Amino acid sequence: MSTFLIIWLVASIIALAATIIMQAERRVVELVLILSLAAFATWVSLPNNPGLYIDINGDGVGEIDRDVEIRQGLDLAGGVQVLLETDLDEGQALPDGALDEARRIIESRIDALGALEPVVQVRGERRIIVELPGYEDPESAVELIQQTALLEFVDFGPAANSLPLLPGTPVETNFEGRPDSEIEDIAEEEPLVPAIEAETVFTGDIIQNADIGFDPTTNEPVVEFSLTPEGRQLFGDYTAANVGQPLGIVLDGILLSAPTISTAITEGQGVITGQFTVDDATQLATQLRYGSLPIPLRVDSTSTIGPTLGQISIEQSIVAGVIGIIVVMAFMLIYYRLPGLAATLALLIFAVINLAIYKLVPVTLTLPAITGFLISVGTAVDGNILIFERLKEELRAGKRIGPAVRAGFDRAWASIRDSNLSTIIICFVLWSFGTTFGAGAVRGFAVTLALGLAINLFTAVIVTRTFLHFLLLPVPEKTIDEQPWLFGLTKKAA
Amino acid sequence: MFNLVQQRRYYFIFSGIVLLIGIGAMIYSTVTFGSPVRLSIDFRGGSLFIVTFEEPATEPEIRDVYTQFGQEGEIIQQLGDPADNRWQIRAGDLSLAEQTALIAALEEQIAPIDRGQSTFDIVDPSVGQEVTTAAIYAVLAAAAIVLGFIWFAFRRVPNASRYGACAILAMVHDVTITMGVMAFLGIFFGWEVDALFLTAVLTVVGFSVQDSIVVFDRIRENIPKYRGEPYETVVNRSILETIHRSLATQLNAVFIMISILLFGGDTVRQFITILLVGLLCGTYSSIFTAVPLLVAWEKGELPWARKPEATRQSPAAA
Repeated sequence: MSTFLIIWLVASIIALAATIIMQAERRVVELVLILSLAAFATWVSLPNNPGLYIDINGDGVGEIDRDVEIRQGLDLAGGVQVLLETDLDEGQALPDGALDEARRIIESRIDALGALEPVVQVRGERRIIVELPGYEDPESAVELIQQTALLEFVDFGPAANSLPLLPGTPVETNFEGRPDSEIEDIAEEEPLVPAIEAETVFTGDIIQNADIGFDPTTNEPVVEFSLTPEGRQLFGDYTAANVGQPLGIVLDGILLSAPTISTAITEGQGVITGQFTVDDATQLATQLRYGSLPIPLRVDSTSTIGPTLGQISIEQSIVAGVIGIIVVMAFMLIYYRLPGLAATLALLIFAVINLAIYKLVPVTLTLPAITGFLISVGTAVDGNILIFERLKEELRAGKRIGPAVRAGFDRAWASIRDSNLSTIIICFVLWSFGTTFGAGAVRGFAVTLALGLAINLFTAVIVTRTFLHFLLLPVPEKTIDEQPWLFGLTKKAA
Repeated sequence: MFNLVQQRRYYFIFSGIVLLIGIGAMIYSTVTFGSPVRLSIDFRGGSLFIVTFEEPATEPEIRDVYTQFGQEGEIIQQLGDPADNRWQIRAGDLSLAEQTALIAALEEQIAPIDRGQSTFDIVDPSVGQEVTTAAIYAVLAAAAIVLGFIWFAFRRVPNASRYGACAILAMVHDVTITMGVMAFLGIFFGWEVDALFLTAVLTVVGFSVQDSIVVFDRIRENIPKYRGEPYETVVNRSILETIHRSLATQLNAVFIMISILLFGGDTVRQFITILLVGLLCGTYSSIFTAVPLLVAWEKGELPWARKPEATRQSPAAA
């Protein structure tokens, strides 16, 4: 646990305990809670935050251990985005779980690319979105995704029986029908075991159907397959000529199993054993049937974003945001004076809480998401404006400051709640619109705007009220009559 | 007290003229481009490249390369500072292989491309269709939710549904004008509507309703407070009491948006412009459309509510 967290926790507990012991009034408790929250949020928002690491029972393994980083969307970080859609024939139903299975397979392939924090997600009922930050070539990415598994039956040659034919051993075959893509070179890892050379006899093309089965003697899961008519002929001829020899079954260059041919197989049926779990066997059967993905996928859209453009956008947004926020603060101070100061402080807390939540959740920040946040700053002061206008009215009507402040907050609450809620609901509609087809742009905007409005319900009302209370404490009651400018009012005509 | 509501006839005429011009622009756009506003690849599919060349390029050079790939009618625009050599090219659908070949051809025939400062998007037309459908649903859902929300918020006020209807009319007014402005920008500057435009429009809907709710809230509060006053006076009083708030809030949102417009870069400029137009519209319409409509309705001036029932419904008579 970092030093800050310890100090923060201890200080917060002491301060809270003190308020309870001294039976402090409600505003003091609120102030302590707000300051504590603000301190934590500020710490989280700091760049180079060390991350949250809390080891409660002291065993050296954190119960809570996470990085606290701003997660940049693809439009800022740069990279490749591919939206895939299932490509089924008219009337063909999508098998249950097939999309999830496809997502899992794509994910494991993408991992081999070594892209930073790739995203592979199911969107809607027929789509998968793949995001590869830092990647540049959409064509090779799509090739990798759509690649079919290559199943080969191989002959290890005359020395076969002396070779250690263990499952998992890499096999280098002489099959050249598969186009070499750039990706494979990247994905290829140094093999731990030297590859065995072998000659490809047939490929997966000869398989007509495949399904999971169970070995009648060991009851282990196996994959049963049937062959096409041509495959039956070829398979029959080969096995008849090679009785007593091992037949290697190789998937994507890795040996699955190497059963010894006991008799010629002429009925066009076969079994692959290979120490499978039920899941493995099901997956392999699916792969043999459909290629490597359980369902065919086609490319709906691709987006290739250069990283520099995103960085320029970030810098521009920060400049725009800082200038915008300063102008808003200046306006609040000039127009509402003392209450405006409370609102300005509340706005700062609003900003750090938002940032902290983006980092903690984490919320992926895209350009529209940043825009959503900035717009929420513009509307965040709306709550304060409603309250302060009310406050001015009450003061003009001759109320004392205390009741006027109370009335301002009480009366404005319904309007603030209603108006924020209606926009939050709209954000929800936007968010679901964005979900249907993978328009991350719309989603990002909706999420940050809604989050901003929700936090604003807290900062515009509770935080501002508490700050205003303490700002007014040292101000004697009569000052308000003598110095109406403090509230943005003109002196009453005597 | 200044009587704002009394002049409602002029506001209606003004809104009517603006709406007519906007609708005219949309009709012109439909005739010329096949849709009321120009649609981006998000809705119709196609390709959108932002290409930063390392050396100066010209429009005919780029067009020439596209023509070699069988493309026609592409829109080519230079972005930002001419010294940046940054171009935006919107064209028809391409396959990934065609995209790769096209980029190679641009590099070979014109100048090397700075990939770090370029983006290449292609969208299949079938997706565009679906996005359009989803967008229509989103707009309908938003309208239904807003109506339900207002009805709920004002359920204890006499004629609650009128408030809802007036807020919705103001919303339709805002959306139509925003679309009209977009149609103009499409005709004159080639601006295209993308998924973010829809976001801007729906956000405008949110703000528009927010503004109307604040004024309505005040009317709701003032009705029992000024029992002796005619409805029109109560409404007028409510507008004047909330106008400071509306303008102050507006101003702050405008500060932020102008700041983004000036410093925020090209990418979100269209989005913010539309948001700004919508926001201004929303504030105008809550004061000059929604509330005057409410009064006109109460007084039986609207075609669908000719029969004056003011004697029974006006709190003034109670």
